[in-house]
Amino acid sequence: MSTVNDHATSHPVPYSTGDSKITETTIAEMRELAARYPVGRSALLPMLHLVQSVEGRVTPEGIEACADVLGLTGAEVSAVATFYTMYKRRPVGEYHVGVCTNTLCAVMGGDLIFERLKRHLDVGNDETTEDGKITLEHIECNAACDYAPVMTVNWEFFDDMTPESATQLVDDLREGTEVKSPRGATICSWREAERVLAGFPDGRADEGPTGGKASLAGLRLARERNWTAPNGNGGAPAPLDPVPGPRPEDQPGRESQAVHTDDSRKED
Amino acid sequence: MLTPVLSDNWDQINAWQLSSYQRTGGYDALRTALRMQPADVVTAVKDSGLRGRGGAGFPTGMKWSFIPQDNPKPKYLVVNADESEPGTCKDIPLMMASPHTLVEGVIISSYAIRASVAFIYVRGEVLHVIRRLQQAVQEAKDAGFIGTNILGTGYDLDVVVHAGAGAYICGEETALLDSLEGRRGQPRLRPPFPAVAGLYGCPTVINNVESIASVPAIIKNGADWFSSMGTEKSKGMTLYSLSGHVTRPGQYEAPMGITLRQLIDLAGGVRDGHELKFWTPGGSSTPLLTAEHLDVPLDYEGVGSVGSMLGTKALQIFDETTCVVRAVLRWTEFYKHESCGKCTPCREGTWWLVQILERLEHGKGTEEDLVTLLDLCENITGRSFCALADGATAPISSSIQHFKDEYLAHFAEGGCPFDPMASTVFATAGANA
Ligand SMILES: Cc1cc2nc3c(=O)[nH]c(=O)nc-3n(C[C@H](O)[C@H](O)[C@H](O)COP(=O)(O)O)c2cc1C
Ligand code: SF4
Ligand code: FES
Repeated sequence: MSTVNDHATSHPVPYSTGDSKITETTIAEMRELAARYPVGRSALLPMLHLVQSVEGRVTPEGIEACADVLGLTGAEVSAVATFYTMYKRRPVGEYHVGVCTNTLCAVMGGDLIFERLKRHLDVGNDETTEDGKITLEHIECNAACDYAPVMTVNWEFFDDMTPESATQLVDDLREGTEVKSPRGATICSWREAERVLAGFPDGRADEGPTGGKASLAGLRLARERNWTAPNGNGGAPAPLDPVPGPRPEDQPGRESQAVHTDDSRKED
Repeated sequence: MLTPVLSDNWDQINAWQLSSYQRTGGYDALRTALRMQPADVVTAVKDSGLRGRGGAGFPTGMKWSFIPQDNPKPKYLVVNADESEPGTCKDIPLMMASPHTLVEGVIISSYAIRASVAFIYVRGEVLHVIRRLQQAVQEAKDAGFIGTNILGTGYDLDVVVHAGAGAYICGEETALLDSLEGRRGQPRLRPPFPAVAGLYGCPTVINNVESIASVPAIIKNGADWFSSMGTEKSKGMTLYSLSGHVTRPGQYEAPMGITLRQLIDLAGGVRDGHELKFWTPGGSSTPLLTAEHLDVPLDYEGVGSVGSMLGTKALQIFDETTCVVRAVLRWTEFYKHESCGKCTPCREGTWWLVQILERLEHGKGTEEDLVTLLDLCENITGRSFCALADGATAPISSSIQHFKDEYLAHFAEGGCPFDPMASTVFATAGANA
């Protein structure tokens, strides 16, 4: 966050470039977000995500639009925008590539992956490749440590990475090859991702598995060894159903084969 | 040995969808709860012995009972899905695999405290998890589990999925409230406590994802069932997350009080040819432990009795190839970056800590630096505005306690005696950067 901003500041921050893409539609969507909360200002973080999806960064025009909709000053909105790491004042590439370099991932190889990618892409931290495709950033623990070393593309997980799989990943992105997250969807653009974060779903929730191998490690072992929690009274059917929801009759299926990530190194 | 409850449906086809969740009994607990008086739901959760899974272990039912029901203001439930404590990785896979477990818990818990709106504040850096949460809430609305007159009971509830924007401090519950109000995420002075004046100054309950997700199972199977698992003061099952130098890292759901020795055994042992050096019991803010502590029961009391904390049960395992100074420096850099800047000991102190640790890691420190470090830690801990600063000092003081010789070896050798390549997962594959 910016109170202690140690990011590279070698490039000047572009202020208004006079080509804002904020339209009446954007403003209407901002109002829609504000209406979802008991107090409109609660929508400010989602609205800033929306600004990024439209503008490719947080622009002065975007800040003014948020301020207008919420009845705040531009300075008040700026103060919020600069506090949070995900809001970018410099243009972000088509893909935001994160490498976790918090301790666990760093030790498991994240530091070496990050070094390799900086050289491979010829960029520093928080910088964008010349073709505008990739912004590289080292990120903090992304709650996926059991898949270390972890990377993200537009905040989708890439698990159990190596320097080789990392360079392959960014090459694929730059060449426009379709890329899928092993625990998520087909990679969209960073701006499209920001729109989802703003609160406008893109209908891709059903892509990808329930989880990767590590998420299921304990459950698999429990199944193998027939370990279960004690029986509760959970087996008894609920007495009456005032308004029954949809309830398919078919029996549970297993998806063991469907779930896999290609991390052979952790093979049992 | 393992007791999958929260994770029990994670191997079902499309477990994240409503139809799959209902096939395994999902939303039965909601029907049961809605036939109970709200106060009886609170009592059931109290009786179960469930303690908050976000780190501090505060009894969940008791927290709910602090909500003043005679207060005419609206009441709110806020789910803390910010999961950003280094090492912690349980809530994200839970919401990815079975978001309805959380959503059902949200509805039951909201009913218990008579909340009219519930918020799920999820960190922004987990796109696919957010998609699944958004979809689960929509499915629950379409099925009549969220909205007006839920299942004909006259109870109304709205649920909002809210994405954060990258700030560890927003996991601290009062900073989270400021963030959710559209402000910079900085902690608030307490009292007043959120139960009295929380979101928009109204009575608010804030609970961790896993705490709320445990509620449906408690309602469905009974408080006694839940408290039949675990230890005397730490009841129930919980997700233990193993990461780092173990053969099969991942989520292991077990009764409270299992030991690290047992968990590492289940995870196939420390990686082949290596041995345990140090570990965190519950994220980087909990003091480091060593092989000496393998048999400590991993419950609130057990871990507390050896000078650490159970925290989030994020067991980060490091073997003998890992430099403890490097590990601690990196965590300290994290706290420096994430300090919200509100109070001086933390804002300035974390900078000084990093400077000294950098010197030490590069072999340019002195023994006096160690004294200064410990002195600084003492002046930061307990003297700062929130617990982030206490967490920042935990790895430093505990590592000096257990590994002072290793710090000394850095000055003796004029640099770090470890090869960072040796600790990577691809060390044996012959890859190099
Ligand atoms: C710096 C800091 C970060 C925290 N991050 C989280 C978090 O990401 N998730 C969480 O549930 N609790 C977090 N907490 C703890 C919360 O303040 C709070 O105790 C918890 O959400 C209460 O829920 P519980 O009683 O269900 O555990 C954090 C605390 C601090 C001081
Ligand atoms: S201790 Fe650190 S994070 Fe907490 S209020 Fe003070 S400066 Fe902010
Ligand atoms: S340390 Fe990298 S995901 Fe946790």
